[in-house]
Amino acid sequence: MKTELGSALGAYLLALADDELILAHRNSEWCGHAPILEEDIAFANLALDEMGHALIWYRLLADVCGEDPDRYPDQLVYTRTAPEFRNVQLVEQPKGDWAYTLVRQFVFDAFEAVRLERLVESSYPPLAQAAAKIQGEEFYHLRHTRAWVHRLGLGTKESNRRMQAAVEAVWPDARQLIAPMEAEAPLVAEGIVPPSGDLEAAWLERVRPEFEAAELALPEDVHPRADSRRDHTESLRDLLAELQHVARAFPEMMAW
Amino acid sequence: MVGESSSGAPGSVEQRVWQALETVMDPEIPVISVVDLGLIRKVVVEDDRVAVTMTPTFAGCPALHVMEREIKARLSGLGFATVTVETTLSPAWSTDWLSDSAREKLHAYGIAPPPQHGGAVNLILMEAVPCPQCGSDQTTERNAFGPTACKAIYTCDNCLEPFERFKPV
Repeated sequence: MKTELGSALGAYLLALADDELILAHRNSEWCGHAPILEEDIAFANLALDEMGHALIWYRLLADVCGEDPDRYPDQLVYTRTAPEFRNVQLVEQPKGDWAYTLVRQFVFDAFEAVRLERLVESSYPPLAQAAAKIQGEEFYHLRHTRAWVHRLGLGTKESNRRMQAAVEAVWPDARQLIAPMEAEAPLVAEGIVPPSGDLEAAWLERVRPEFEAAELALPEDVHPRADSRRDHTESLRDLLAELQHVARAFPEMMAW
Repeated sequence: MVGESSSGAPGSVEQRVWQALETVMDPEIPVISVVDLGLIRKVVVEDDRVAVTMTPTFAGCPALHVMEREIKARLSGLGFATVTVETTLSPAWSTDWLSDSAREKLHAYGIAPPPQHGGAVNLILMEAVPCPQCGSDQTTERNAFGPTACKAIYTCDNCLEPFERFKPV
């Protein structure tokens, strides 16, 4: 792959991987704290799956950059500082209440499903193959969070109120998902990735009817709080402090 | 059955490798092997070197590293100087690759085996899962997520026993 295209693809893959990693960490925070045992187990599983998907993207990134796929992912996860992460702010926000967690996971899963449907047709075979692998597992995520959106949206007055508040809190951050990635233009031109903006219609088609059926209103005309994946909130720094502190304290032990 | 496409000619070194791989069990379901699961995609023997290509089940499954280590140990035990285990993502692993004997072993172990789906995983596959205890198909899915990435939790409405089900992917 040509150098310019390679570095553009590297940037794209880093964003995909960081989104999955940070969301996995937030999901793992429910372990031992979820409202019911079944959900404790479900969110531990979701965290594990998203972590696995992050690893797939980090390894592919290592291949594209000519780095060691066994060591590079650890290096990226445990030694970068917050400004070097390329995740959307949506995934770094604190886990919030149960409603916030579910709404965030649902809109992220729905977006991911739409993006994966396009990535499996990528002109770069390793990317298409990785997307196909991830797609099979995501089926279970979307089914799970969709069911919860309905259950809580249609549950009680209080559950509906909290879900509506969650939708309003999540949606501005979620809109960052469809913002074009840095340097995605050459990748789009080569048919390697879809234009991010193109995913909006399919994503809304996936999300809007579910919210409507759950008696939840999607806010109109909102803009993402962040313009760039280089911008982060204080929350990411806190998250990384926890995620990285053992690895930073014992760098020679770095085998996870 | 892509997962069983090759097991080496009788009496060959390849066959000995495949036989050794059949003794590497899934640490989370110790009755089925990496071969039963359809994880072994290719075995190439060259002089005193052996290269195994495997594919992950669920991408985040923590058992994969254990199985990889075990494969290396088992094949080194056969006298190979170099054992390499490579991972491939494509074609993506499917529960359709589980061998018939793997399905029987799962059932006997109390885990409902995944149905053959030919690539179409849909909601219908989540219903009427026969209970591995009493055989009734009056069962209810309790949680799509279970104690391991590959299993869901059901209860039987007939014998009232809970059971695990290997998820179709």
